[in-house]
Amino acid sequence: MSVYLDHAATTPMVDAAISAMTRSLHKIGNPSSLHTEGRATRKDVEDAREVIAKAVGSLASEIIFTASGTEADNAAIKGLFWKSGKKLILISAIEHHAVLDPAKWLVEHEGAELIEIPVSSDGVINLKELEKIVLERREEIALIAVMHSNNETGVIQPVAEVVKIAGDIPVHTDAVQSFTKVPLSYKELGVTSMALSAHKVGGPHGIGILVLRRAYEIPALLHGGGQEREIRSGTLNAPSIVALAAAIQSQSYDADLVNSLREKFEAGVMAVAPDAHINGASANRLPGISNITFPGTQSDSLLLLMDSEKVSCSTGAACSAGVHRPSHVLLAMGLTETIAQSSLRFSAGANTTQADIDFALSVLPTVIERGRAAAKK
Amino acid sequence: MKIIAAMSGGVDSAVAAARAVEAGHEVIGVHLALASNPQKYRSGARGCCTIEDSHDARRAADKIGIPFYIWDMAEEFHAGVVENFMSEYAAGRTPNPCLRCNEKIKFAAVLDRARAMGFDGVVTGHYARTEIGPLGKTLHRAVDPLKDQSYVLAVLTREQINGAIFPLGDTEKVDIRIEAEARGLAVAQKPDSHDICFVPSGDNASWLRDRLGSEVGPIVDQDGTKLGEHKGAYTYTIGQRKGLGLTIPTADGSPRFVLKIEPISNTVVVGAREDLAVTSMRGENPIFCGPEVTATPLRGYVQVRAHGSALDCTYCMQGDQLVAELDAPLLGLATGQAMVIYDGNRVVGSATICETA
Repeated sequence: MSVYLDHAATTPMVDAAISAMTRSLHKIGNPSSLHTEGRATRKDVEDAREVIAKAVGSLASEIIFTASGTEADNAAIKGLFWKSGKKLILISAIEHHAVLDPAKWLVEHEGAELIEIPVSSDGVINLKELEKIVLERREEIALIAVMHSNNETGVIQPVAEVVKIAGDIPVHTDAVQSFTKVPLSYKELGVTSMALSAHKVGGPHGIGILVLRRAYEIPALLHGGGQEREIRSGTLNAPSIVALAAAIQSQSYDADLVNSLREKFEAGVMAVAPDAHINGASANRLPGISNITFPGTQSDSLLLLMDSEKVSCSTGAACSAGVHRPSHVLLAMGLTETIAQSSLRFSAGANTTQADIDFALSVLPTVIERGRAAAKK
Repeated sequence: MKIIAAMSGGVDSAVAAARAVEAGHEVIGVHLALASNPQKYRSGARGCCTIEDSHDARRAADKIGIPFYIWDMAEEFHAGVVENFMSEYAAGRTPNPCLRCNEKIKFAAVLDRARAMGFDGVVTGHYARTEIGPLGKTLHRAVDPLKDQSYVLAVLTREQINGAIFPLGDTEKVDIRIEAEARGLAVAQKPDSHDICFVPSGDNASWLRDRLGSEVGPIVDQDGTKLGEHKGAYTYTIGQRKGLGLTIPTADGSPRFVLKIEPISNTVVVGAREDLAVTSMRGENPIFCGPEVTATPLRGYVQVRAHGSALDCTYCMQGDQLVAELDAPLLGLATGQAMVIYDGNRVVGSATICETA
């Protein structure tokens, strides 16, 4: 038996999405073409856009298709920055690299100033600290970016509160992990922009979404055919777009079920490893993600051992050379480098079963024992 | 057996891993990240520490069909190999970092970690053989004399040799490349790596100068007469002739060679070729790959460089030092180098040369 507990990295495509994508792949027609085939493909794309907009709680015209969640984050961070003409960027200290790195790039190349807002030991942004900086420096702030939920811990962030504090300052939220897992409405949140990704919700790789307020134009990263409000030129990826819409419509994710599996898993972990620590446990979390520290181990050894027992999980961060690094998210939550490097992320998804959880728990004692022995070397 | 294949991204370790799989072992490929800030691309022939090399190793593992991971050994490598390299040079000795890497990293840190994780050993692409006989598992020269790497493995204890697998020792390098080609490994024609992996420029002297500074000191003859100046004594090696920059010629016009490096006075001593002659050597911190050497003198061979000749000698232990008396004098022997004793093709053990005469 092999058990996949890395749904936060990517999810299996749902059957409905594979069928929709396959049907679309058999068709011809560039959605920008004016003839019959082009119009037919365009119709598929616009039908899909409406389905997606409804699920996201936005207008259809607020959906901009990109090639990834990362691209959507980059387009928002850079676009909102350039549009504002201001220099100060506020982000939470636990943002995904797709937000953190473009913000740092703006510091290095465009004279931006970056302030990272700290988080509590449970991984929740410190709103008081945010409010203080906003009060002091409101006129200088180009944008605020706070993710909807963290990809490593699953901890949900108070984005609606952030928007209230921000007032008329643009707010971007990376909602890649939250989409379809917890209630999420672009309109109700009141953010300026939001990033989403298809392959985290049973859709295909290579398609992301930037949700951007109607008639709120930002400088483009890609120039060309003028697609997507001239903010994101490039032939629309119709097969992936219709597949994403189909994945959303299939509503395959049962949050209560995933949550109960996660609870059983965490209880099981604490039973076999009483000194383990669940990061962000007392915060409001996404249903599927468990980030667990196993003291006295090293995450990369644990991952290898879990993998050889046919259980897939994640160590979180790795640098470009593939070397495991302590997670900036866990460090921001106050963990030491050593403790941060003793942590694994398990993420259950729509097709995770009780048998999967039982199997993962059954291999855990040996894995922890060997991982501890290896760490002492 | 369950084994870890240390995969550098080169052809040898790729074929070694493939052979281990064929021999029926359960193999997991591991690339050791030895630099904390690795370069993206290979430059020249120093191939094992760049991201490109790590990618090559990954693709070889894909082809062989084994899992692949990257282990971060940068701290261990810096502490055990790079710092030792610098401190040895600073002390006027000539270290061999490849040997230290085998001793401290590949067959210590990696093997220990592998064993703790439930693996039985480590397979590498070194050219050396092991045999199991009356003396237990013993280490021997590879059949390819040009590639034989038993010298740099002579720092392994019996316990480490018991956990080591060297599948390439029975084959010549040229055939390994043909085999790699036949196995569809993309690295089949990748150039051999040589020089020191953590000195990407290949220029050891300037690498050392950048780190140890370049304090000017005298170059003197054996009488103490100053002949010139150097920029950092540690950039010289015993027996070195070129690059001394001396303008005062010898009386008979014969060349001068580096005889001695004195780190405390920062002095380089030069002299005639015949003054380099050494007939005996003493080594400290001996390591035995098989049965321990005793005070009883035995006949055998000693090798003092990675691809040096096997010199006829008589060897024994004197106190805690390994001593070898040469049948014929050897020219230019630096302290800090490893003396490796062979009994025929079997590696007896090694020690770090601390004194020559």
